[in-house]
Amino acid sequence: MYVSVLALFLFACNSSSNNDSNNTADDTTTTATDQTADANANPSYDPNRGEGKFTHVYISPKLDNEKAEAGEKIYNVKCSACHKLTDEKLVGPGWKGVTQRQTAAWIMNFVTNTDDMINKDPKAQAMLEICLVRMPNQNLSDDDARNVYEFMRKNDGVK
Amino acid sequence: MKKNNFYLFTVAVACLLFTVLPSCKPKNTADAISGDAAQKVYVAPGKYDEFYDFVSGGFNGQMSVYGLPSGRLLKIIPIFSVFPENGYGYSEETKPMLNTSHGFVPWDDQHHLELSQTNGEIDGRWIFANGNNTPRIARVDLTTFKTAEILELPNSAGNHSSPFITENTEYVVAGTRFAVPLDNDNGDVPLNSYRKNFNASISFVKVDKNSGNMSIAFQLKVPPVDFDLSHGGKGPSHDWFFFSCYNTEQANTLLEVNASQRDKDFILAVNWKKLEEYVAQGNGKKEPAKYAHNVYDEKTHSATSTMEKEVLVVDSKDLKDICYFIPCPKSPHGCDVDPTGEYIVGSGKLAALIPVFSFEKIKKAIANKDFIGSYDGIPVIKYESALYGEVKKPGLGPLHTEFDGRGNAITTMFVSSEIVKWNLKSLKIIDRQPTFYSPGHLSIPGGDTRKPNGKYVIVYNKITKDRYLPTGPELAQAAQLFDISGDKMKLLLDFPTVGEPHYGQAVEASLIRGKSVKFFDINKNENPYVTKGEKEAKVVRNGNRIDVYITQIRSHFVPDNIEGIKMGDEVYWHVTNLEQDWDVPHGFAIKGAPTAELLVMPGETQTIKWSPEKPGIYPFYCTDFCSALHQEMQGYVRVSPEGSSVPLTFSTGKNMPDSSTTPPVLEQ
Repeated sequence: MYVSVLALFLFACNSSSNNDSNNTADDTTTTATDQTADANANPSYDPNRGEGKFTHVYISPKLDNEKAEAGEKIYNVKCSACHKLTDEKLVGPGWKGVTQRQTAAWIMNFVTNTDDMINKDPKAQAMLEICLVRMPNQNLSDDDARNVYEFMRKNDGVK
Repeated sequence: MKKNNFYLFTVAVACLLFTVLPSCKPKNTADAISGDAAQKVYVAPGKYDEFYDFVSGGFNGQMSVYGLPSGRLLKIIPIFSVFPENGYGYSEETKPMLNTSHGFVPWDDQHHLELSQTNGEIDGRWIFANGNNTPRIARVDLTTFKTAEILELPNSAGNHSSPFITENTEYVVAGTRFAVPLDNDNGDVPLNSYRKNFNASISFVKVDKNSGNMSIAFQLKVPPVDFDLSHGGKGPSHDWFFFSCYNTEQANTLLEVNASQRDKDFILAVNWKKLEEYVAQGNGKKEPAKYAHNVYDEKTHSATSTMEKEVLVVDSKDLKDICYFIPCPKSPHGCDVDPTGEYIVGSGKLAALIPVFSFEKIKKAIANKDFIGSYDGIPVIKYESALYGEVKKPGLGPLHTEFDGRGNAITTMFVSSEIVKWNLKSLKIIDRQPTFYSPGHLSIPGGDTRKPNGKYVIVYNKITKDRYLPTGPELAQAAQLFDISGDKMKLLLDFPTVGEPHYGQAVEASLIRGKSVKFFDINKNENPYVTKGEKEAKVVRNGNRIDVYITQIRSHFVPDNIEGIKMGDEVYWHVTNLEQDWDVPHGFAIKGAPTAELLVMPGETQTIKWSPEKPGIYPFYCTDFCSALHQEMQGYVRVSPEGSSVPLTFSTGKNMPDSSTTPPVLEQ
């Protein structure tokens, strides 16, 4: 019995001294915890832009019909199950007025970098407390995101 | 990291040198957890785990058994699903287990498990399992680790609120998730006539104290809401059962939105003891019903299925002092009673708090008629009058709670992916730990009984994205083991699980381990097709039915040569394993059989039906590696065309190769 306990300690201690390629579950735990910690205290986070690839999005004053049409098609397949075009909440919030509430960059970052944003963004977190369903990542391309944004503009009355 | 590793290594060496083992405590927190954790879950080769963990299989319809703290998978027990691995649901002896009023149903969705109890403590005799889809309750025998009984439930749909029990296993309950028109009513009604034509029911299934056999004592007809989970009272609340429900909006479409409208749904409190008395006095009405009752008999190693014809129904509206609704915020899910029986914890999935109700206050409110009105004829107690207090801001999406026996509760938070430990008296949060990810149920050994063993909590996670090596679109779900013996909960281990574990129950292995059956006594085998010894092996023709009485022992079959089977014959292979030792099952498989193998335990007889598709030679063999000559454990059966004159013969070791042939010799 004593010998086996000794072996156990050796195993336990040694496993920590292994290199990275021999990853243990505990290393993974540490990583995940670190990420959570980062998310809770990130002084450089810009709540108007969100987090993701988009910083400045060029928006013309007039509606780009081609983009809006492409965006509507994406909406029908990937968004309409949870978002109404009115201001009524279904699973997620209704889209009416969303382009006035959020910047283009925030919306496009949110729909392309959903998990990170839900973990970090105060507005996204507040919305989660209301909806209690994390918006799934629907794997929109950058162009898809831009087109959906244009469709949102159309829905908000931009001509 | 590198520095720490060096430090650790040094410490390890130092420990070795001085053999002062207990001082081997690295100072870095993360590493300390890892070193400690490995030690706590390591069960050395050849050593036993301290706990059995029985884990529901969800959509695989089975139950898996793990050892804790190691997380090693010990066994998968088929309950509601066919299991080609051992022939469950394929053999003639086990097919009746899956019979229902809808015919043979080879699958179900198995959510919850409950170990039988005596005086509110786990007694290690049986474990009950619910079938969600085609409503059924099963009882698994913990001496054989086999499904012993399955009882179908009439007037039910979506048997979710089940199979929770009373403190002495007097009853197993089953509340319906889906309201439907009752079986005997006209079911061909418009769906939007829900509020008029649909009903919910709660079945009280009586369990025989000695045999464990189940029968529906009575069904309580209740308003058409969705019953979700339930728990029996304890101690002072022994006579009561508590059921959470949602969809008090009584919506029949887009429940995601339409059943989330009201600020409060209900917990239904049912005085089952009084209900039992009313029924004994002749209340209730016997109604025609059709439901299967399937029992496996270990003497005959066979199941029988009986179709029951009526059920006693009691309407909650007729008996005024049986049922009470307690308002509970936002679509309650978990409904958990603490070890003292005083606190009932409701978990509103969409609520930002956890309400804790007091049984003492509920009793008082009922006595004082402190009601805010009634819902479909059932009095609704004033929320504040039943409430002990609320746990504020516990996290997002509280689902389930269990108890550590030291006055604390631990609740899973589905949306915020964490478990939260809080004190029952103070309602203050003591600790929270992340889980990976989206936990559903959690379980402390005995954590829903009077006597929890507060050593571990096991959390069952729905999502494991990024936790294990990827395996395509579908990923394993996971169990996570936490040490809860201190104030802080410490993650020790996570391990992938099979199917979709919803709930599991763990119990000290010492309660079960000694009672495990090792083999079946061949002399007590009462299967009508048993072959007690090779001398009795035979093949019998009766019209086009052939019964093959075949034996297995390391490592041959008797008979292993059979001729005279004809096309159009139905061949029943009755396979008896003659071994009388532990851990020597034999398998039986025959080419082209469109069913499965048989896995026959020592002393057991199992039968597979086979109708050959074309004439020819069919080999059969043992599938479970049994000895050095396992590979030689094989035989042949010859199938001739219909009307053939080949006589029926069978033998082992006699039908030698034709003397005109000789085996080739090695030419030098």
